[in-house]
Amino acid sequence: MSGSLDEMYRDIILDHYRSPRGHEPLPMADFSTGGHNPSCGDELKLAVKIEDDMVKDIYIDCKGCAISTASGSMLAEVLKGKSIAEAKKIAAIVRGMLKGEDVEIPEDLGDIDALEGVKKFPVRIKCALLAWVTFMEGMENYENGSGEATTTSVE
Amino acid sequence: MEQKIKNMQHSPSVGLLPIDLERIRADFPILDQIIDGNQLVYLDNAATTQKPRVVINAIIEYYRKYNANIHRGLHYLAEKSTEMYEHTRIHVADFIGGVDPKEVIFTRGTTEAINLVAYTWGEENIKEGDEIVITEMEHHANLVPWIQLAKKKKAILKRIPITFCGHLDQSNINEIITSKTKLLALTHMSNVLGTINPVAELTALAKKHGAVVLADGAQAVPHLKVDVKSLGVDFYAFSSHKMLGPTGVGILYGKKELLEAMPPFNMGGEMIREVSFDHVTWAELPNKFEGGTPNIADVVAFDAALHYLEEIGMDNLRQHEMDLTKYAIEHLSAIPGLEIQGPREVEQRGGVISFTDNDLHPHDISTFLDSKGIAIRAGHHCAQPLMSILGKIATARASLYIYNNEADIDALVKALKGMRRYFGL
Repeated sequence: MSGSLDEMYRDIILDHYRSPRGHEPLPMADFSTGGHNPSCGDELKLAVKIEDDMVKDIYIDCKGCAISTASGSMLAEVLKGKSIAEAKKIAAIVRGMLKGEDVEIPEDLGDIDALEGVKKFPVRIKCALLAWVTFMEGMENYENGSGEATTTSVE
Repeated sequence: MEQKIKNMQHSPSVGLLPIDLERIRADFPILDQIIDGNQLVYLDNAATTQKPRVVINAIIEYYRKYNANIHRGLHYLAEKSTEMYEHTRIHVADFIGGVDPKEVIFTRGTTEAINLVAYTWGEENIKEGDEIVITEMEHHANLVPWIQLAKKKKAILKRIPITFCGHLDQSNINEIITSKTKLLALTHMSNVLGTINPVAELTALAKKHGAVVLADGAQAVPHLKVDVKSLGVDFYAFSSHKMLGPTGVGILYGKKELLEAMPPFNMGGEMIREVSFDHVTWAELPNKFEGGTPNIADVVAFDAALHYLEEIGMDNLRQHEMDLTKYAIEHLSAIPGLEIQGPREVEQRGGVISFTDNDLHPHDISTFLDSKGIAIRAGHHCAQPLMSILGKIATARASLYIYNNEADIDALVKALKGMRRYFGL
């Protein structure tokens, strides 16, 4: 183990884990998609409501560990109300941050920097990534006009 | 009377010697270390076991004094290394119940041993419409080769289900194992549930229908006295590294008649008798299946692991593990929110203890325990179909071996209780 436990399980993470945001079902979603992490069995469902090129609302349900659940909850909190372009940019930043790339994290991203501690636990990075890459892929399919539900896998 | 026999089996005084755990632990240099301020507690033995000093030294000694390629050279070192390599083969043959050493094939591991059978015996003998029977508790190593073979040959894969308690459900066994069965492939001990399967009984049934039987012994040979002849199986596979030996050494036991009729697996050096540009004849057993330079040093060092286990005695080892498994199950069961998988009766199971927490994901459990110096495994344990049958996405798994003691279990139990507080449960 290279990081201390509290660096990963920060209070903010545990708060998102215990009471995840984005749990209200979205019956009129514009696209819905799923994410799967085969190596640990984490599964999540994601539905997004788009209005005027804005991410109007997000539903996310993660059956997984504290990190993947908290990460998904943060995604719902942060991306809700953002323009599609902004949402995509933020998702790319978070993915870059988790993958250890040299990215600058804007200050107005709320709790997201709490995910940085996960980087010190290499085997858990994919847990934190799941929601973000699922969103990115779902959004890409939506923009390309394929409304079909897909499943994203994180290896 | 039955009760009395049961009690006698539990008493270490009947034909069993008490184990000097302190002495045994001192033989494993890796155990004596502090990780992030915590004493290492190693409970991931179903994945791989630690190595005693005699095994580590055997590897060093081999490279310092005897290293040479085997079977070919006409010099002292080549003769010596060949003799040492072949000595391990004889030892293995003896260890699994006294089979002919020609029936012992060295592979890279259990996975390769099973694949060897699938690609040679399976290719030649499984035909369209034939039935391959597996169980629902198979490791991917004894599952994926058969799924693929069945697909390729248009054969039918049938499975023996498991009961709620984690045993094989034999209520419809006569509809599953029938005259159409060509192969029964089953695990001797589950790497998730710990269940010890009635291999001899099911083999006898399969044999009545003329089927061939392969048992995956990766979790069994390290923990039980195994006699492949009395089990009656045709093929039996296991790995050195799960029984104190080095990684990269697996064993395939196969009945001579079957092995002789099978085509070779890896073509190249060592496995031929005569080669011309248009004709090749195969070497005799076991060389036919050991093409190329094998993992000589690790095979040689595996001999030291077998000696070490024999010195302890497999019956003593089994008794120690039953006692400790009982202790662990008792104490783990008392933790609120914790659910243990597999049979409760220690006579019917090994020391592989899978558990889940009602509120916490196994990966969080494993990361938390790691921060206390406790090594367990979390995930699907290469048994995804079994996970879905259990209705779990994953489990946490603590698995025991000869050097584990009650203090290890106490540390696990204490940490698990602290874990629930940490996550605010």
